[in-house]
Amino acid sequence: MAMLDATGDLRAQTETVFARKRMVTFGILGLISAYFVYIFFAFGIPEIWAKADGQNARTLVSDMITYKTHITRDNRSGDVSYAIEGEKKGRYPEGKSPDWVTTDGDTTVIQLGGDQVVTYGPDVITMNIPEFGLMSFQVSRSSGVVAEYPVPVDELPEWINASKNRVAITTEEGRLSVTRNRTEVFRYFLGWELFFFTLDSPYHGMGVGEVIGRMFSGEFSDIMDDFWNNPMWLHKEVFWAIMETLLMAFLGTAGAAILALPLAFLAAKNFSPIMAIRFGMRRVFDFFRGVDALIWTIILTRAFGLGPLTGALAILITDTGSFGKMFSEALENVDDKQIEGIRSTGAKPLQRYRFGVLPQVTPVLLSQILYYIESNTRSATVIGAITGGGIGLMLTQAIITQKDWEEVTYYITLVVLLVIFMDWLSGKLRAALIKGDEGGH
Amino acid sequence: MADATASGPGSLGQIQSDYIAMTSRKRLYSGIMMLVLVLLLVSGFNMAEGRNGGSFIGGLDNFFDYPAEVVGEAWTNRANIPGLFAKYFPALIETVNIAAVSTLFGALFAIVFSLLSTRGLARFPRLIGLFRRMMDIMRAVPEIVIALVLIFVLGGGPVPAMIAIAFHTTGALGKLFSEVNENASLKPLEGLESVGATWSQKMLLGVVPQVAPNWLSYALLRFEINIRASAILGFVGAGGLGYELKVAIQWGQGRFDAAGAMFIMLFFTIMFFDQISSHFRDKLVHGAREQG
Repeated sequence: MAMLDATGDLRAQTETVFARKRMVTFGILGLISAYFVYIFFAFGIPEIWAKADGQNARTLVSDMITYKTHITRDNRSGDVSYAIEGEKKGRYPEGKSPDWVTTDGDTTVIQLGGDQVVTYGPDVITMNIPEFGLMSFQVSRSSGVVAEYPVPVDELPEWINASKNRVAITTEEGRLSVTRNRTEVFRYFLGWELFFFTLDSPYHGMGVGEVIGRMFSGEFSDIMDDFWNNPMWLHKEVFWAIMETLLMAFLGTAGAAILALPLAFLAAKNFSPIMAIRFGMRRVFDFFRGVDALIWTIILTRAFGLGPLTGALAILITDTGSFGKMFSEALENVDDKQIEGIRSTGAKPLQRYRFGVLPQVTPVLLSQILYYIESNTRSATVIGAITGGGIGLMLTQAIITQKDWEEVTYYITLVVLLVIFMDWLSGKLRAALIKGDEGGH
Repeated sequence: MADATASGPGSLGQIQSDYIAMTSRKRLYSGIMMLVLVLLLVSGFNMAEGRNGGSFIGGLDNFFDYPAEVVGEAWTNRANIPGLFAKYFPALIETVNIAAVSTLFGALFAIVFSLLSTRGLARFPRLIGLFRRMMDIMRAVPEIVIALVLIFVLGGGPVPAMIAIAFHTTGALGKLFSEVNENASLKPLEGLESVGATWSQKMLLGVVPQVAPNWLSYALLRFEINIRASAILGFVGAGGLGYELKVAIQWGQGRFDAAGAMFIMLFFTIMFFDQISSHFRDKLVHGAREQG
């Protein structure tokens, strides 16, 4: 080390150097900690902690992995309907019901887990919970919900929420709510409902083996059609949305590369002798990169409307800046000897670029382009959420409705798999490119 | 040689015709590749245009309308601009803070992950694959997804954005860091091991000094990227300048001076940190070269 002087007391000098280094280290650590403390209060973390909604988190997690079936009774007409997630597209067809529900004339008996039983009678609705006892509810227009409990009303446990017009009972097994207009039972099940076939499809509830067997006995297109057009999970729309996201990434990256290549020649020192052009070109690249993809997205949305083309153009413009900068740096590093060699055969400038320069830079450029394709797949998801295209849009819409968390999970899984796949593919292609290049020359 | 021009296997004529054949085949393949690429581009472009709200040609005409409107309005209200700068400065600081904190946290976690997933350094060599897959997944999740889910749980504000960006940064930096770690010399580790150092001491004293400049250089690059990400996340409700921008442009008429002011602020902030970070990265890499 230059700080040590061989003539003096080496030990003392070393200790001074070490003490200084230690101080610098602790100083930096101290600065970082101080910054964290500042952020802790600047971002209002104590408040967020205090008002963070644990209920929302629980809803989210439970909805991610479970679904519920609604058994709804219209208290005026007495009609009972069954629907998964309470959605129209998850409704059981007329005459069909889940096997834990039995109907006998006007009486419907619903078996919840843990021996809890809810009965919709013609006049009285009852719920029996083994350790608690039998509750009964009567609904009338004049007096709302009249309830009878096995305990006095002021000793009701907290999982029963009762008022004059509304009673809600939430247990581990499900939930019963009674209002003047309707009675509803939710029963929760683990898993994603109707992922393959909806209830109106003849293949719903069939075993995997049977479905595969039927596929080979001539029903392949019917089966695929029912799966493909599943109204609950929208497999077809999701597939096209993913294709749209990929398309945005591909068009943006490839278009940017094609635009940036000639421009990069203008910005490279060894190809563009006029300094003013070089300087101007570089500032153009800086501008394209500096005006963030967000701002480009906003401007382009105004001009071209919402959709994948707008997203692709936003990626294209930002990446033209990045590629221009990187390509011109790669061009500045090319070896002049090959160009000299081509020139000595009497090649014109365009031929010199084609045979002297491009073969040298192609592997570098392609590897950068492939790297960007992967990262742009992710950007396309984000930009799609703003410009309204691709899986990003479906994802944000599913999140904004705040109830289809299982669909959110599905889309996230697909996006993650897509990006990992693109990562893997671009890695493979880059490796093949570098290897092929070494072998080829 | 005298018989070099004679025909026969391995003769010059043979070689020449082989070479010509090979070149033309190669040219054919490249031609086909180019054709496929062009077809893909054109059809992809048409498809994207078909699914788009407005057409490309129709949009080109009014491409400059919006910027012109923004610039025009900003120019007529140019007296307001300094005031608007002052008004939105706290939001800008928040955007930069989100990026800085998430880069710091992301880098700290990335250090741990990268050390755990580098061959030769890992504390639990059997789990290298696990940690690598974890980083792959962290890298693959787009920030916006985590941010939106966290906004539901925690409410709007900078914290969801910070966590989302930090999560992604951990994966992205972890991979780069572990590539750096692979080039670290193992000799200092052997030395430390011989005096009975624990794993964390070996890492701190043996590996970190070797790789810190490269780590720092990557972290600075990431900071640049994260400023952009933080602005975008603001746009979907996570606070900072992006959020103010969204409010300003949703307002419709009359707020373009604010939008213009924010465009300018965002542009110069990004340029400023780009320049600073590339300056320091140059220095770091240069310094590392001097030592090596």
